[in-house]
Amino acid sequence: MNRRQRRKNVTAGLFLAPSLCGVCLFSVLPFGDVVRRSFLDARGYAFVGMQNFRIVWGNGAFRLAVANTLRFMITVIPVLFVFSLYLSILIAQSKKGQRLFRISLVLPIVIPAAAIILVWKILFCTDGFFNQVLSFISKRKWDLDWVNGQTAFLVLTVTYLWKNTGYDLLLWLAGLSAIPESLYDAARVDGAGSLAQIRYVILPCLRGTMGLVMVLSVVNSFRVYREAYLLAGSYPDLSIYMLPHLFSHWFITLDVQKMSTAAVMLVVGAGIAMGIFYAIVAGIKHKDGHFSAF
Amino acid sequence: MKEFYPYKNKQRKNRFLSVGTFILMVSAFLVWFPLLLMVAASLMPEDELLWRYLSPLGIAKAPVRISLLPSYPSCEAFIELLLRSPGFFVMFWNSCIQVFPMLLGQLFVGTPAAWTFARLDFPGRQWLFRLYVLLMVLPFQVTQVSNYLVLDQMNLLNSHLSLILPGIWSTFPVFIMTRSFEAAPKALLEAAYLDGAGEVRAFFLVGIPTGYPGIVTALVLGFIDAWNTLEQPIAYLKDMQLWPLSLYLPDIVQDKAAVAFAAGIVMMIPPVLLYLNGEGKLEQGIASSGVKE
Repeated sequence: MNRRQRRKNVTAGLFLAPSLCGVCLFSVLPFGDVVRRSFLDARGYAFVGMQNFRIVWGNGAFRLAVANTLRFMITVIPVLFVFSLYLSILIAQSKKGQRLFRISLVLPIVIPAAAIILVWKILFCTDGFFNQVLSFISKRKWDLDWVNGQTAFLVLTVTYLWKNTGYDLLLWLAGLSAIPESLYDAARVDGAGSLAQIRYVILPCLRGTMGLVMVLSVVNSFRVYREAYLLAGSYPDLSIYMLPHLFSHWFITLDVQKMSTAAVMLVVGAGIAMGIFYAIVAGIKHKDGHFSAF
Repeated sequence: MKEFYPYKNKQRKNRFLSVGTFILMVSAFLVWFPLLLMVAASLMPEDELLWRYLSPLGIAKAPVRISLLPSYPSCEAFIELLLRSPGFFVMFWNSCIQVFPMLLGQLFVGTPAAWTFARLDFPGRQWLFRLYVLLMVLPFQVTQVSNYLVLDQMNLLNSHLSLILPGIWSTFPVFIMTRSFEAAPKALLEAAYLDGAGEVRAFFLVGIPTGYPGIVTALVLGFIDAWNTLEQPIAYLKDMQLWPLSLYLPDIVQDKAAVAFAAGIVMMIPPVLLYLNGEGKLEQGIASSGVKE
C-alpha cells in the first residue's frame, strides 16, 4: 500500500467516524442486543434456542401483518411505477405548462398527513362526498364506511398514490432530461412511433433510475402508516392491519421479547430481499466490480 | 427552469387538446381538489363549517355539503388560532425544536460521510454502504426496539432529544448525498489534487459546491419527513407538553373544531414554502442523485 492510499484511508476513517459512531450507537449495537434477546426467555436469562421464533412465526397477528404488508407493496409499487412513469413522459412531451404540471403533481409530497386528513374524512366518511357521488350516479343510496371495511385497502392505495406519484415523477423527469435529443431523432429516422420510442429509447435509458425509484417506493410504502393511523386508529380493519400496527401494539404492552424476535426476522428478510435486488441490478448493468450506490 | 426534455411527440402537433394533456389536467385536478377544499374550509366562519362538515369533524352525523368557496369568507379561524390558542404555539415550537437541530446534525455528520462513500476508496466501502441502505429501507418500527433500548439506557425517553438524536444518524440523507456527490465531475477533483489539495480541501472546495443541490435535497426531504412525523413521538413522548404539531393536530378537532382546518393550513405553510423556494435545487439534486452513467 503506497503512502497516498494510506493517507486516503485515514481521511476516509476521519470523515466517516462521526456518522459511523452514531449509527453504531443507535442502530447496530442495540440491534446486537435485540438479537441476543430474541434467543432468551422472557426474563432475559435462559437461552431458549429457536423457541421465540417458533412462537412469533405461529402468531396469527404476525402472519396477517406480514401478508398484508407484502400484499400492499405488491399492489401499490408496480401501479405507482407505471403511473408515474407515464405521467412523466406526458409532462416531458407537453409543450406548455411543464412547470405548472410538475409543481402540481409534486405538491402532495410536502403536505403533512395530519394536515390533510380532515379532507380525507370529508371524502371518505359515511356521509361523505364519494358516497354522494356514487348515490347520484347509481340512483340508489350509498352509505359505505370506506375506512372501516374491506375498502380500507383501496383508500390506502389511493392515498399512497396521491402522496407518492410526485416523488417518483421527479426521479423519472430527471432521467428523461438526461436522454440526448439525438437518440430520439435516430429512432424517428428509423421509423419509430411514440410507443417504439418509449420501448427502445426511454426504457433502456432509464434503467439507472429504476433501481432508485423502487427503493424509495419501498421506503415510502411504510410511511402510509401515518394516514392509516390517523384515519382508522390503531385497530383498523383487518385488511390494512400491517407491520407498523403490530409493532405499535407490542410496543404499548412492552412485549420486548416478541418485538426483538420479529425485528430480527424482518431484518433478515429485508437483507435477503436486498441481496436479490442487488443481484438483479448488477445483472442489468453488467457492472465490473466498480463501486456504485447500486 | 427551462424546458429541457427533448422528447417531443411530433405526430400529434395539430390536435387541439391531446389525450396526454387531458390526463395531466385530470391528475393535477385530483391533487388540487383536496387542497382547495381545505383552503376553503379554513376560511369559513364557524357556523358555516358546522353546517357543512358536521360528520367529518366527528360532532354529529349529517351529510357533508362540500364547497370550493366559502359563502362568507372570514379569517375568524386563523385569528382564533394564532391569537387565542396558546397550545398551538407550544406544539409549533416543539416541532421546530425537534426538527431544526436534527437537520443541522444530519448536515454535519452526513455530508463528510457521504463524500467518503462517493469519492474515497477504502476497504469495506461497498459493504458499509449496503448496511446504510439496509438501515434506510427498514421501517421505523423495526429499528424502534433497538432505539428504545438505547434511549432507555441513556435516560432520554420523553424528551426532545429522544427524537433529535436518532434522527441525526438517519442514513437516508447520507444515501441521497452520496448519489449526488458521485455525479460530481471527476476532472474537477483531479485538477484539485494536481494543484496539491489534500482530501479535506478537496471536500470543501470541490465536494460541497458540486454536491450542493444534493445537500439541499437531503435537507428538504428530511425536513418534510420530520415535520410530518408521527411514529417517533407516539412511541417516545408520553408528556403532551412535548408533542410536535403533527401529533397534536388530530386532537385539535376535539378541542376546537372550528380551527382544525386553519391549523392544518398553518402546518402546511413551512414545507410548501420550502418546496416552492427550493424547487430548482430540489430538482437538480434529485436529478444528480437519480441519473448515473
